[in-house]
Amino acid sequence: MNSVVLALVGVTMMILGYFLYSRFLGRRIYKLQESFVTPAHELNDGVDYVPTNKFVLWGHHFTSVAGAAPIVGPAIAVIWGWLPAFLWVTIGTVFFAGAHDLGSLWASARHKGKSIGSLSGQYIGPRGRNLFLVIIFLVLLMVNAAFAVVISGLLTSTPTAVIPTWGAIVVALFIGQAIYRYKWNLPTVSVIGVVALYALILVGDRFPVILPETILGLSANSFWIVVLFLYAGVASVLPVWMLLQPRDYINGLQLFIALGILYGAVIISSPSLVAPAFNDAVPEGTPGIVPLLFVTIACGAISGFHGIVSSGTSSKQLDKETDARFVGYFGAVGEGLLALGAIIATTAGFRTIAEWEQVYSAFGQGGVGAFVEGGGAIVNSGLGIPAGLSATILATMAVLFAATTMDTGIRLQRFVVQEAASIIGVNLNKMVATVIVLAIAMGLTFGAGADGAGGMLIWPLFGTTNQLLAGLTLSMVAVILLRKGRPVTPILVPLVFLLVMSVYALIVQMGQFYAAENWLLLGLDVIILVAAVWVIFESAIAMSRAKKNPPELEDDERRRTSARTRS
Amino acid sequence: MAPRTLLRRLHNTWGQVGAGLLEFYSAPYRRTFARAQRDEEDLFMMLVLSEALGVPNPASYYTVELLPVVYDRFHDWHRRMGLERSPLDNISCC
Repeated sequence: MNSVVLALVGVTMMILGYFLYSRFLGRRIYKLQESFVTPAHELNDGVDYVPTNKFVLWGHHFTSVAGAAPIVGPAIAVIWGWLPAFLWVTIGTVFFAGAHDLGSLWASARHKGKSIGSLSGQYIGPRGRNLFLVIIFLVLLMVNAAFAVVISGLLTSTPTAVIPTWGAIVVALFIGQAIYRYKWNLPTVSVIGVVALYALILVGDRFPVILPETILGLSANSFWIVVLFLYAGVASVLPVWMLLQPRDYINGLQLFIALGILYGAVIISSPSLVAPAFNDAVPEGTPGIVPLLFVTIACGAISGFHGIVSSGTSSKQLDKETDARFVGYFGAVGEGLLALGAIIATTAGFRTIAEWEQVYSAFGQGGVGAFVEGGGAIVNSGLGIPAGLSATILATMAVLFAATTMDTGIRLQRFVVQEAASIIGVNLNKMVATVIVLAIAMGLTFGAGADGAGGMLIWPLFGTTNQLLAGLTLSMVAVILLRKGRPVTPILVPLVFLLVMSVYALIVQMGQFYAAENWLLLGLDVIILVAAVWVIFESAIAMSRAKKNPPELEDDERRRTSARTRS
Repeated sequence: MAPRTLLRRLHNTWGQVGAGLLEFYSAPYRRTFARAQRDEEDLFMMLVLSEALGVPNPASYYTVELLPVVYDRFHDWHRRMGLERSPLDNISCC
């Protein structure tokens, strides 16, 4: 099959999802109103609550939710064939992620921009809120551990990406200084930054940095992991204007450029899919497609992390409530397009099926390395950019995604550790808290072996935890809808499906970890399973309570009632 | 289209692109900067009021002149510092 057909079918499904299904959700389920005074106007403080143009807000939202996960997940999951991954990404985006992201944005905007955590406390109860904190802690922990391994793997397999990866830090430092210290004009700085980044890619392609097999007693892979953790620790304690902010920005620009390059190359070269639609001959040790497919691809199909971004920042900046459709639902579509690009790169970027099978020789193999290799071949034949340089561009893109998420993840987790310590009366300064975060993440990464294998082993666990987070958000949205006496089927179906698949996957993985005598991951699995059962229990109680209670007044009715009471 | 109109339109578009990029650049970190600014102002407030709070301040000769400037923000400051009521007799804001 031709990959352009796949791309066209996928893009059409997602675009139709936006024009038709999101309109249905917006009109019938969430009842978005242009006249509703959003928190950005009601509580405008010029800091958190600021009415923002919907295109700019979509840009923020999309670049905040897009990381390495929608590349890594599909790139691993195509081991079962391209069709299951394609179906889960497209159907998941249209009916699961869109409803989830739009729902969390709507729920938060209708509650003064409160976060999903606070809303869980209000609608599901204090236990729901505690559960939310536990799950978010685990998601961040796994992101930090897994992404360090993803990056180190890319730096080892694509040594041409080493110079642009570390050079991007210098570019970001330059942008930070140019804007805040020298007050340069931002569009000019942006052009210089992007040109500098691509110049570094050219330099890196010319001068690959290959480390010796062992450095300071560590393998090259382990060495990069340690360096990355040290770097992320330093980055997370530096003032944000210096590194994190310009890095996020240049990474956002790079995201749009790289997506354009990849899709442009697919359209021009129109390569055929060499991987089978369904892979009947999966390598030995590959787990069953059900339920693992649905947790291996989390971001790109449905991701709980999006709910955090929706309710954390995006909901506070909605200019009009009806913009939620574009920002929330179309944000999910953007993520789906990234995942679709990863599926095409990893299944159409190889010349023969034998070559593909060689890369996908075991579960967990392939992954982001296959995305770089396959995507590089497509960009090469489509745009005529040399194969090595194309691979370097894609590897740099993937590394920048993962590194930016890691920087932010370590910083956010430092806040969680400081907050947890303050609850028991211990005041941790940011250095000590950062060291604790790094020690835990490194323990997890190296816990399954000196080569850092733990980071990738926990990938499906990351997916499960992320899906649980999405389940918690969906259950909260369902409770709010039930309280308002509105239809909940479009929310209940994804909710039940996600929870069933997550629990099933956890049980399957538990058996695998037990058989491999991997006690660290087994322990983590048990914690997540308890959290999953707890989510189901709490959600069921909250929904049954919401159904029994008399319906809550609609917001406009409530306003009219309170105005009458006042007068 | 007249060249001058075209130039004006291009200038406006460039301005809009710049404004959009600036929003894209600054918004995700607005809260972080606002908090950092508030923390700095709290420290500044403490320096200005240190003598009144019983902390020897060698620069009190200069900082006393700043008291009227910080007075308006004093109430929010002592609340943030965990003091329900004003700790200073001579500033009874609440």
